Amino acid sequence: MGCPLRIETWPIGRRLLLALLVLGGLLALAILLGLSLGSSPIGFGEVLDILTGRGTPDPTALAIVRQIRLPRVVLAAVTGATLALGGLVFQALLRNPLAEPYILGVSGGSAIGAIVGMLAGLAPFPGVAGAAFTGSSLVLLLLLLLSGRGMLASRDALLLGGVMLNAFCGAVIMFLISLSSREEVRHILFWLMGDLSMFTPAQFPLLLAVLPSFLLILALARPMNLLLLGRDNAATLGVNVRLVNGLLLGATTLMVSLVVCQAGLIGFVGLVVPHVLRLLLGADHRLLAPASMLGGASYLILCDLLARSLPAQGEMPVGIVTALVGAPLFIFLLWRARR
Amino acid sequence: MTAVTVRGLNLYYGQRQILTEIALEVLAGEFLVIIGPNGTGKTSLLKAMAGLLPASGTIEILGQPLAGYGRRLLARELAVVPQLTPSDFPFTVAETVLMGRSPHLGLLELEGAEDHRLARQAMAFTEVSHLADRRLDELSGGERQRVIIARAICQGPRIILLDEPTASLDPAHQVRILDLLEKLRREQGMTVIMVSHDLNLAAMYGGRLVLMSEGRIAAVGRPAEVLTVARLEACYGCRMEVVRSEVGGQLRVHPLAAVIGG
Repeated sequence: MGCPLRIETWPIGRRLLLALLVLGGLLALAILLGLSLGSSPIGFGEVLDILTGRGTPDPTALAIVRQIRLPRVVLAAVTGATLALGGLVFQALLRNPLAEPYILGVSGGSAIGAIVGMLAGLAPFPGVAGAAFTGSSLVLLLLLLLSGRGMLASRDALLLGGVMLNAFCGAVIMFLISLSSREEVRHILFWLMGDLSMFTPAQFPLLLAVLPSFLLILALARPMNLLLLGRDNAATLGVNVRLVNGLLLGATTLMVSLVVCQAGLIGFVGLVVPHVLRLLLGADHRLLAPASMLGGASYLILCDLLARSLPAQGEMPVGIVTALVGAPLFIFLLWRARR
Repeated sequence: MTAVTVRGLNLYYGQRQILTEIALEVLAGEFLVIIGPNGTGKTSLLKAMAGLLPASGTIEILGQPLAGYGRRLLARELAVVPQLTPSDFPFTVAETVLMGRSPHLGLLELEGAEDHRLARQAMAFTEVSHLADRRLDELSGGERQRVIIARAICQGPRIILLDEPTASLDPAHQVRILDLLEKLRREQGMTVIMVSHDLNLAAMYGGRLVLMSEGRIAAVGRPAEVLTVARLEACYGCRMEVVRSEVGGQLRVHPLAAVIGG
């Protein structure tokens, strides 16, 4: 029905392979563009030479690609993959296609934790990351308590609760900023808006910490399908609901906190990417989970490319681009759900 | 052989006692219908049998304690068709039915040819093959219920529990669903346990009926033993008439308005 790309009659294995090939190609293209375009464009061929270590590239080009653009592209890819996958998991757990770490205030919670950690002068890892994880866990706990007690029974009420938590987190963040000194403020403000430019190759190992979460969520893709049918349905189809929910929430909160520490608050990626992919691929999470990772990575690299190239002078934080795309889509989805 | 054994079952929601000292033995291959007024714990009893509600007492499934089964092993023996299945996400009929194979698959295993064959067979049995590529939210109530029953069959269980599977269906579709369940019982020896509000359907299809009243079992037995005027009036608190149908000789239960027949 509808979209020709939704080939549900195909076996899942073949559909998975096709999705991975197409989205893998898209990601490769996005990476190539991200490394090649900028204030001083470098040809595709030269970028490929630099990546593979062939030939004798121009030292300036080498420095630009290796030291400036590559860290940025890698951070964008990991952040995009994490946020898209995180959105997908929240949507499955809360059975609400509008759920997303940023909208629900979970990202805001990590930001509060991270700022407290930075102001206290903790090391980036495990200090600031741990504080961010604590912050997001607390927000999530509050949200689950509200929804579990039947206070936020309807899906709109749950979103409203999340939006309010997010607003509250925003206020706390502003309060913390108003307490800090001028030098810290500039740094924090840029990071908050979703800034990928301050990342250095030395920070690569920090990103590896999201890998266990990725693997766990991919492994739990089929139980996630069953969770969409509700707790009782999932349980009678053989899912240990409490265990799977716990693992998914833990893994998602952890990976979202880690990327918020590095990349700040980047919203709506977890809304836009799974939504588009669901239209193309259907609802099966064994397709959607890996596809969201690849799609999210490509999407954020391309958004960052826009953020770098749109302003005539300098650049703007990528969080602005994702919000400009995502917020209207969110409103559209809300409007359509109401009808 | 017994399919389900319940002994000394008590169940509470907070302070309120929902089920009191329930004892029940369901034989393999039986069609058992649980009837009773609203709020007497019919659905709670069904959920307790499926291990979805924590209850004190003993529940055995196929001779083994319920607590000893993990969710996966239990799902291979016992399938549940709930009153409502949410369809906020765009799964197709074929995908939904295939989910019944989940308890038989390893964590990273994909469905194989045999799983697809079983899903096709289940869809043919409940006559939804032609809907395979349709989305669940595009179907009518009766079609959707047949899809969920196909999913339950696809689990390959020996016991199937259903919570008012014919609620909100017109008479023709009600009979169609129940004929399906009776065929399943007769041809595959399935144990069918169903909660229903419809006393006439219960009388037509139930081998035995369980009449519940205020969290207790008021009567168990063949329809003619359970559906007596005195008992029904006591349980439902409303005047009743029980007659024998001229076609087929089944019992028919009619509630009477208080003003009629003085």
